[in-house]
Amino acid sequence: MTISTRLNALWEYANPRKFLALTERVLPALWVLTAVTLVGGLVWGFFFTPDDYKQGSTVKIIYIHVPSAFLATSVWFMMLVTSLVWLIRRHHVSALAARAAAPVGTVMTLIALITGAIWGQPMWGTWWEWDPRLTSFLVLFLFYLGYMALWEAIEDGDTAADLTSVLCLVGSVFAVLSRYAVYFWNQGLHQGASVLRAGAVSGTDTEEKVSNVYAYPLLLCLLGFGLLFVTLVFYRTGTEIRARRIKALMARERANG
Amino acid sequence: MIPDLGKYAATVLSAYGASLVLLIGLVALSLRRGRKLRAEMEKIEQRMSRNG
Amino acid sequence: MIALLKRDLVLAFRAGGGFGLGLAFFLIVTVLVPFSVGPQSALLSSIAPGVLWLGALLACLLSLDRLLALDWEDGTLDLLATAPLPLESVVTMKALAHWLTTGLPLVLAAPVLGVLLNLPAPGFVWLVVSLLLGTPALSVVGTFGAALTVGLKRGGLLLSLLVLPLYVPTLIFGAEVARRGAAGMEVATPLLMLAGITAAAIALLPFASAAVLRVNLR
Repeated sequence: MTISTRLNALWEYANPRKFLALTERVLPALWVLTAVTLVGGLVWGFFFTPDDYKQGSTVKIIYIHVPSAFLATSVWFMMLVTSLVWLIRRHHVSALAARAAAPVGTVMTLIALITGAIWGQPMWGTWWEWDPRLTSFLVLFLFYLGYMALWEAIEDGDTAADLTSVLCLVGSVFAVLSRYAVYFWNQGLHQGASVLRAGAVSGTDTEEKVSNVYAYPLLLCLLGFGLLFVTLVFYRTGTEIRARRIKALMARERANG
Repeated sequence: MIPDLGKYAATVLSAYGASLVLLIGLVALSLRRGRKLRAEMEKIEQRMSRNG
Repeated sequence: MIALLKRDLVLAFRAGGGFGLGLAFFLIVTVLVPFSVGPQSALLSSIAPGVLWLGALLACLLSLDRLLALDWEDGTLDLLATAPLPLESVVTMKALAHWLTTGLPLVLAAPVLGVLLNLPAPGFVWLVVSLLLGTPALSVVGTFGAALTVGLKRGGLLLSLLVLPLYVPTLIFGAEVARRGAAGMEVATPLLMLAGITAAAIALLPFASAAVLRVNLR
């Protein structure tokens, strides 16, 4: 099979009916797989890993914090890709998938922020530090809120899909800009903050520093969160397709009297 | 049952608690809306097929 | 194009155009700040650049929902969309008119309000320069937001929610220039970043605004 035919096979699922049929088949397995990996990873991390010599038991927060932070940005990227697909190829499933993903991304961002704040309290001695990383996540959270609000505000489905897609594109550029700006801004403000930029909050540092004892359950949790996202997006996209169909059927009913 | 979390017990438990509440809330809301719309769609489709 | 700009300017100056509204808002915010943080002049002079930038930004935001709404209501936008003039130039002119009637007066008023807040002497030049460079970006980004929400009945609040995150980079670099200037520090890097953001926004965003406006006019 060449790449292009394989891609064509992928586009087949852009048909709402085919998408529903596919998700109907794979969703039960996905739910089970998600539950197993997520519960397994969290239980492994929570009950069966030793405390860090410096951070004590707070190191266990990593199993939630890092996967949610990873997803918070990945979800936005997925929304960017599906928005582009909608704008270029006009596949309804793509636009609806972006809509379905947004609340998941919002919750992930919120979890990353909350666990970060709770973790930061004993480690840095403050709930909130205007650290570049924290700040850019807060900005990302605002972007998610605006995106969802725009979807909710517009009646017509296709108009909403168009407008939110453009917002997602423009927003992505500005989100990257903000991230860059925020790194600049905090350095410029107080040099001392670099002491607080603990490597413990960043996934990359952790994997270099922390032994396999933490890395394996963390990988399992990453997988679990990823599966949860895929499952939720499949399920929620199905819901959005049905909502759209209900609207269309009602309109037809009214037209027929 | 619960491992000894030392002096950071409240920190770790609240982080896990808050995250689990949010995750379960997200899943529950998704499922509720999904079920509702699925039922509604079936109802309408039946009505449409009955009326022709 | 020029005719459109002239028309917008005349409408803005006429009663009800909201020309002075942004300025008055800017003044009031600045006057309220000492009431809320206390009258210590050392504190005021250290926060003055940030407060002035935030005040200008909010005053800009306040006037955005009028930017396209009036033309939308009376059908002018539909006419403009069918006119030979490309919609990209229409939104650029709209943004320019908004800047001339809102942004520029804010820039000119800022030094006066800086006196009220005890802005250190070297800060005045950089405050004006940073606002002069930054406010066009605020107008252009705001036009995009206004184009997104133009068809909505309760668009005002949504407009703020959409536009404020987009203002973050401009605010950071703009306020940084003003703050460093006030502290007598080197300002070249944030100044270049600010200019870059403004130039890129002016060059690219009108296409997004026009695309969005076309969707809304469909």
